[in-house]
Amino acid sequence: MYNLIGAGLIVIGGGIGLGQIGGKAMEGIARQPEAAGKIQTAMIIIGALLEGLAFGALLLGK
Amino acid sequence: MSSFQGFSISEEEKDNHSKEIGGQVDTKEEINDYIAHHLKDAHDFHLFSYTSDSGERKHVGFSLPVIIWSSKGLVSFMSSEFHHDDAGHTIVEKNGLKFTKIHSKIYELDANATAVSFDDEHHATNAHKVLDFSITKSVFGILIAGLLMFLGFFSLAKGYKKGAIPTGIGRVLEPLVIYVRDEIARPNIGEKKYKKFMPYLLTVFFFIWILNLIGLTPLGFNVTGQIAITVCLALFTLVIYMTNGSKDFWAHTLWMPGVPYILRPVLAFLELVGFILIKPFSLLVRLFANITAGHSVVMGIAALMILLKAQFGTAGATGISFFLTLFLMVIEVLVAFLQAFIFTMLSALFIGMAVEEHDHAHDH
Repeated sequence: MYNLIGAGLIVIGGGIGLGQIGGKAMEGIARQPEAAGKIQTAMIIIGALLEGLAFGALLLGK
Repeated sequence: MSSFQGFSISEEEKDNHSKEIGGQVDTKEEINDYIAHHLKDAHDFHLFSYTSDSGERKHVGFSLPVIIWSSKGLVSFMSSEFHHDDAGHTIVEKNGLKFTKIHSKIYELDANATAVSFDDEHHATNAHKVLDFSITKSVFGILIAGLLMFLGFFSLAKGYKKGAIPTGIGRVLEPLVIYVRDEIARPNIGEKKYKKFMPYLLTVFFFIWILNLIGLTPLGFNVTGQIAITVCLALFTLVIYMTNGSKDFWAHTLWMPGVPYILRPVLAFLELVGFILIKPFSLLVRLFANITAGHSVVMGIAALMILLKAQFGTAGATGISFFLTLFLMVIEVLVAFLQAFIFTMLSALFIGMAVEEHDHAHDH
């Protein structure tokens, strides 16, 4: 039961983080479309780092 | 050692034990068992089982060699000798030793034991585990991926002898190789040093990508979802960036310039923990968890067809589960590429951090 609540919290946190990354990246691309490629790569890397954290927490809670 | 038996259909009567793994599933518990069984490695290659018209239980697939290091040395036999038993009922005698398989682990029975006995927590009391070098399903998958990579890149390399433009499968592979070089290796490792690490980055990229894609076929491979595989891949990256660290990297890791002396050991500790533990851990957990989660979600959604049959009828439940599964599989094809890309990208990033040489024109 508690680990399910924990999993929910992790997903909320991860969702907020991913939303921030994605939203800011889109803003960046809209302002500077020629930098879209670089922004995308950086976005994916930071998304992956966040994902690593979230999955680590999910596995520890399991 | 018995010879490889090839593709076979073995016939066995349906077990009276209701928990026959890989058999027909109806309830939620059986579906969960089925998914858990799929996510694990196995000693035989099992495609599917069905009950024939005469009521016989048939398993379709082929057996793989079991190679173990027992108390009397190397022993090998085919996994078909276990007759799909996974609960320690079937006992195989080789070289005067008795072996049995419990939950996909091979046990050697003690000298005078004839059957496995279990304690209250279902641990075997008169048998012990042996060193297992078997060609399991995952090892078989790795061999297939290796063969595919060898054939593909061999034909690509041979194509360059004839002309600058590759033909056949090389036309698919060349843009990917150039992509790994120009988008992953060069910007992260640097123009001067990237060439040395290209073989590793290319190998790890195609290895993960091909195995992820093989995992999406109905053959039932789950190689990159085995934690042992991802641990090994992360260890390779760890060893490569630790052994190629430049003088500047070690200076900045162990004795950070420009920081008060009291803080330097603390920073060194944090940096070392980050490089030795956290970075490889995040690499291995990301790949493992993504593939495991993907496989279990796809199988769970496919199982909706059984669970929703009562509410929506056979055709309705099949339709719902078919379109949801199709949708998820398309996402999984993207994830298969993305995870290979991320693993390679972060490996390159970590290697780049380690081999970087600072120009000391500016003060810290």
